[in-house]
Amino acid sequence: MPLKRTDPPALLVLEDGSSYHGYAFAGRGEVLGEVVFNTGMAGYQECLTDPSYKGQILVMTYPLIGNYGVNDDDMESAGIHLEGYIVKEYQDQPSNWRSRRTLKDFLEAHGRLGVDGIDTRSLTKKIRTAGAMRGILSTNVDDKAGLLERVRAYPGLVGQDMVAHVASTTPYLWKDGAAQPLRVGPKDRLRVVVLDCGVKYNILRHLEALSCEVMVVPSRTAAKDILALEPDGIMLSNGPGDPEPITYAVETIRALLGKKPIFGICLGHQLLGLAVGGRTSKLKFGHHGVNQPVKNIATGRIEISSQNHGFVVLTETLPKDTVVTHTNLNDGTLEGLAYPGLKAFSVQYHPEASPGPFDANYLFQDFLTLMKTHAG
Amino acid sequence: MPKRTDLKKILIIGSGPIVISQACEFDYSGAQACKSLKEEGYEVVLVNSNPATIMTDPNLADRTYIEPITKEALTKIIAKERPCALLPTLGGQTGLNTAVEVAEAGVLDEYGVEMIGATLDVIHKAEDRERFRHAMETIGLRVPRSGFARSMDEAYQVSAGIGFPVIIRPSFTLGGIGGGVAYNPEDLERQAKAGLDASMITEIMIEESVIGWKEYELEVMRDKADNVVIICSIENLDPMGVHTGDSITVAPAQTLTDIEYQQMRQAAILIMRAIGVETGGSNVQFALNPANGDLVVIEMNPRVSRSSALASKATGFPIAKIAAKLACGYTLDEIPNDITKETYASFEPTIDYCVVKVPRWTFEKFPEVQDLLTTSMKSVGETMAIGRTFKEALQKAVRSLEIGRFGLGELNPEQTAEHKKLIVSLITTPNSKRLFALAEAMRMGFDLQSLNHMSHIDPWFLTQIKQIVDAEVELKEHGPASVLLAEAKKLGFADRRLAELWGKTEDEIRTWRYAEDIIPVYKLVDTCAAEFEAYTPYYYSSYEAEDESRPSEKPKVVILGGGPNRIGQGIEFDYCCVHASFALKDLGYESIMVNSNPETVSTDYDISDKLFFEPLTLEDVLHIIRSEKPLGVIVQFGGQTPLNLAKGLAAAGVPILGTSPDAIDRAEDRERFQEIVDKLNLKQPQSAITFSAEKAVDIAERIGYPVMVRPSYVLGGRSMEIIYDTPTLAEFMVRVLEAFPDNAILIDKFLEDAIEVDVDAISDGSMTVIGGIMEHIEEAGIHSGDSACVLPPVTLAPELIRTLQDQTRMIAAELKVVGLMNIQFAIKDGVVYVLEVNPRASRTVPFVSKAIGKPLAQLATKVMLGESLAELGLTEQVWPAHVSVKESVFPFSRFPNANVVLGPEMRSTGEVMGIDWSFATAYAKAQMATGFQLPLSGTVFISVHDRHKERIVALARRFADLGFSIMATKGTAACLKNGGVQALPVAKVSEGRPHIVDRIKNGEVQLIINTSIGRRPTLDAYHIRQSAIRYNIPYTTTIEASHATAEAIKALQHNQWDVAALQDFFR
Repeated sequence: MPLKRTDPPALLVLEDGSSYHGYAFAGRGEVLGEVVFNTGMAGYQECLTDPSYKGQILVMTYPLIGNYGVNDDDMESAGIHLEGYIVKEYQDQPSNWRSRRTLKDFLEAHGRLGVDGIDTRSLTKKIRTAGAMRGILSTNVDDKAGLLERVRAYPGLVGQDMVAHVASTTPYLWKDGAAQPLRVGPKDRLRVVVLDCGVKYNILRHLEALSCEVMVVPSRTAAKDILALEPDGIMLSNGPGDPEPITYAVETIRALLGKKPIFGICLGHQLLGLAVGGRTSKLKFGHHGVNQPVKNIATGRIEISSQNHGFVVLTETLPKDTVVTHTNLNDGTLEGLAYPGLKAFSVQYHPEASPGPFDANYLFQDFLTLMKTHAG
Repeated sequence: MPKRTDLKKILIIGSGPIVISQACEFDYSGAQACKSLKEEGYEVVLVNSNPATIMTDPNLADRTYIEPITKEALTKIIAKERPCALLPTLGGQTGLNTAVEVAEAGVLDEYGVEMIGATLDVIHKAEDRERFRHAMETIGLRVPRSGFARSMDEAYQVSAGIGFPVIIRPSFTLGGIGGGVAYNPEDLERQAKAGLDASMITEIMIEESVIGWKEYELEVMRDKADNVVIICSIENLDPMGVHTGDSITVAPAQTLTDIEYQQMRQAAILIMRAIGVETGGSNVQFALNPANGDLVVIEMNPRVSRSSALASKATGFPIAKIAAKLACGYTLDEIPNDITKETYASFEPTIDYCVVKVPRWTFEKFPEVQDLLTTSMKSVGETMAIGRTFKEALQKAVRSLEIGRFGLGELNPEQTAEHKKLIVSLITTPNSKRLFALAEAMRMGFDLQSLNHMSHIDPWFLTQIKQIVDAEVELKEHGPASVLLAEAKKLGFADRRLAELWGKTEDEIRTWRYAEDIIPVYKLVDTCAAEFEAYTPYYYSSYEAEDESRPSEKPKVVILGGGPNRIGQGIEFDYCCVHASFALKDLGYESIMVNSNPETVSTDYDISDKLFFEPLTLEDVLHIIRSEKPLGVIVQFGGQTPLNLAKGLAAAGVPILGTSPDAIDRAEDRERFQEIVDKLNLKQPQSAITFSAEKAVDIAERIGYPVMVRPSYVLGGRSMEIIYDTPTLAEFMVRVLEAFPDNAILIDKFLEDAIEVDVDAISDGSMTVIGGIMEHIEEAGIHSGDSACVLPPVTLAPELIRTLQDQTRMIAAELKVVGLMNIQFAIKDGVVYVLEVNPRASRTVPFVSKAIGKPLAQLATKVMLGESLAELGLTEQVWPAHVSVKESVFPFSRFPNANVVLGPEMRSTGEVMGIDWSFATAYAKAQMATGFQLPLSGTVFISVHDRHKERIVALARRFADLGFSIMATKGTAACLKNGGVQALPVAKVSEGRPHIVDRIKNGEVQLIINTSIGRRPTLDAYHIRQSAIRYNIPYTTTIEASHATAEAIKALQHNQWDVAALQDFFR
């Protein structure tokens, strides 16, 4: 990388009028999104392919990104879903035995804009103090006023159905670590139907590793169609954005309540909360990282968790018999719920990790046990 | 789980003297632990023989024992104090080993003392390699294939089964002493033997070599509830094969994907459980095959380590403090995170910068030793730098090293074939210059792939270095330009380096840069990558957009620290800096610490009001001053490092507190000092100064041999020698003019057989009070940092002492010293000579402070800020009733070929203190504290230089009277016989077998007295001293120290020594 940069300059303008200058190391053009930061020091490939980042411009707080390139294995979906990507210093010469391409090539292959040279710590502090903001990231740097106008016109995430942009539109079978055409045959093992709101592959990998038959269905699939698949359990997947506008999924879940064991993760957890009558709200700047301590109320132990959410279920709005199973040690927010009468439980964080620690893997085992208890 | 209330009193063991692989980091961890436990209301008992530690300050623990860290001393302390628990995990390997010894001796059971933090079984499981391997296999982790050998035969068998190359690792040693790599049977012969010798249990592990694999370390903490968190991941730039203490290391890991890192994390957690570390911090080392990601576990330490200190400084997470709290029952989720205040210790720090640690070696002190890095650690210190990019951090770290390099500049501008060959060998075989050789090779056109094949260094790191080299080319080719200047600063380029590249001066670059407003901002170290608001004032500089430092309006003072430890400048100076900070707080000033040494207490973020983790160069310090606008800077306490900056700072208009830079110069500049000597009518050994070899010979012949020669402005007696003849002098001049082409060479008449005395004094500008007069045990000519000394003096007549006091006061008054001053005197035939005046804190300040019970550095700080000694209540010299002895500790066992000889060039790494009511016992304790077990009976072997022959009869008689048999080389034996002392003659090595080394090996010798003259002992003396070290036989190399040893042995023979807490000496 020469001292005098040859990449085109890029500009990030936030809705409050503040702006940050950088260079486009990948792609050209202009994107709008909610600007959020992720504090993980590794795992950029997983973040890029995590459908939950739909509608967001992601800032990595770790300054050196691209170090180990991009490989064929660590995909959390088939593509990149976030809108734009901001780092301090992009690394163009990766080193890792699994690396197949550079981050720049990966972003460009998926038509995404990557910008570096920004004081990402300053930007992070801005978001921390002012809250997640709408932003516009552009290689058209001369018209700041125009950019500001466009970002202010952009509606943001609240009230928007982001799921529709990322969830599968056709059902499929997850087998041998990949999507296969769905064929419903006789059951020879526990069958899990995954309501796909933007599912991360690692949830599917975990279920398969537990010898489950994994069927993934679109987010608009009706309850009766799900039940027709004769599932032993239903997984409510993660996904992007605000849960409240996803009323169709909430209705589906409400119709499934009590019928089959249910396990919700992240957006799935929020949708489950809405389905039982609770409400959600938006966090100031959300939790995006791999070091959030979560207290398991039953055991008293702390799990270091992977998190990626901007919305949260409000505990006080839930039915009285809901059991709070996990809370966030840092800010006390709700992290896990159990609905004993409904054979359902859910967590706000990501037991499937990818990226992040394996501390909460046991939840998949819990789901398996729950399914076995109620099977047949 | 709340803290335990069944424990009242907890014993902490320190790590003793600074040695290679155990340095300030254990003062940092121990001091944190003391504070942390006291905060919880526990009574803390501490043992540490190192007086230069903050932890041994009498207010840190309730009962502070400056006693040898041995089973015997610890047993006495336990019997006296009856602690409820022993916390062995904070005092390094020494603390752990000594705890194991007392536990195995049944002492803990006898007195009902519980081991907390790590139990005996846990320690054994982690340290005993067979048990460790078994434990790893049960959790499905691989360790390199290996086998154990307790003899050379077994060593051959085991290595045959594994195949070369193999790694030799002795069981139960410190820092991998005696370890090494064997590429063939010949290497094995040598390495296995050394390893068996080095092992406390005569056992080595022979291990599959994973040389060239990538090396990683994780710092892990676990609590009683089985919560486990990873504090920091560290990736070594130097791959496996180089001791991690000798590796350039980087935090966080750079080249692992998340899943690869998480697998390592999970493995570390499983290891903590399998080994059973109940509470506290541990570190786990992994090796990873860069071709396919295969992971093997190398080792784990069930205690805090050098890496824990690094991880604490790298992340802001105080590992030792938390470890102490966990040991007394808390869980991680109950302990608040000081930095964020709103979160808890139960989380994993995430950082938004890059940290680079570079070791500091001192091979120049041991010219006989090859500059080669292996699995046995050789560096004496380290520096850490923080940057927003790796390149920035690396370049900051390089200039923090203080090795005369301000970047990855040329080793040799002429690219000859010979130089190319040298560069290749510097890259293929790890050594202290490898980083610079890599940059040089890139300039020569080597591609990264071949450099990777030669060095096994990961291509990612090579790419970063290449980017710096490429930038240099671009800078040079393009010439000066503002836009390049701004970009170069972002890559961490020092003004000095830019000046070199652009043919300008550093001042010109700085002036230009300031005019262009290209100045760094300060970013916060906050454990959480800005996710939470941080309250900790811990900063590093970077060329970024936002400045987070909010300079206050309070009056403030900047303290400049000492940078990386090296021989001649270490923990003693950090101790003084920390005390300065305490004093400033007392006086209500804001204290601002600047340092680059991650091992130290001074770089603990809660010592000063503000901490800048920055290189101690003029450029970096001026930036801080520009931002903070302090009322002054303290340069007296950090050793030579800040003193070297004083002139530049003063020139830039920065107020220097205390003694003026001009006074410093008057003391350091030969000619100017001569004027003072003349004016005050003092005596100095005859001396002269020259820049040429011929003149040197003339001078020496004029003033008469022996002469003491050295380059000016060099600390620690670097390259200083006593020379007895012209050929040696000529040879010396060639060597030293090559190493220090710009320095004048000082030639002094050497005062043979003179008594040397160190005086530390404090002055407020009008009154001077002597802190302490220290009489050296060894004669003048041995560096004061290498001599043993006693306070108060034992043989000096009252009128001599008065003379020393008077002269000290006169010099202080003449120099208008405000603060501390150290003078070295020599006394020959009743005449006092001034050897050296240092108007700054000396290495002995902590020792004197402990000996007299006055915090001299704190008092000096207050004096510098205008308080008078009268106001501070120190108007008279303190004459303690007890006796304090300081003894030096040497790294000879680390450098197998080094000449074991004391001389004017300092070579010790650390010191211990013995304190008691008599000289003999205090001296005996000091010897024990260095690791010598003085024999009470047996055979003394004596072999002395001809010059000493007349003085040995009395000495030998003393030992004979104490019941020892005397063994001597033929010449010495004959001389003794003439004097009426019977001695068994023994052959020198050069005289055929069985010779003295055979006798030593056979255990027939309990004490060795072997003196010599000059820098290099004879070959025979060399063999004798090597065996003394190898077989750990106590030895002395001077007549004076031998007499002191006899006295100590006599005391030990006659009475049972006792231990006493510092608090009791000053009751």
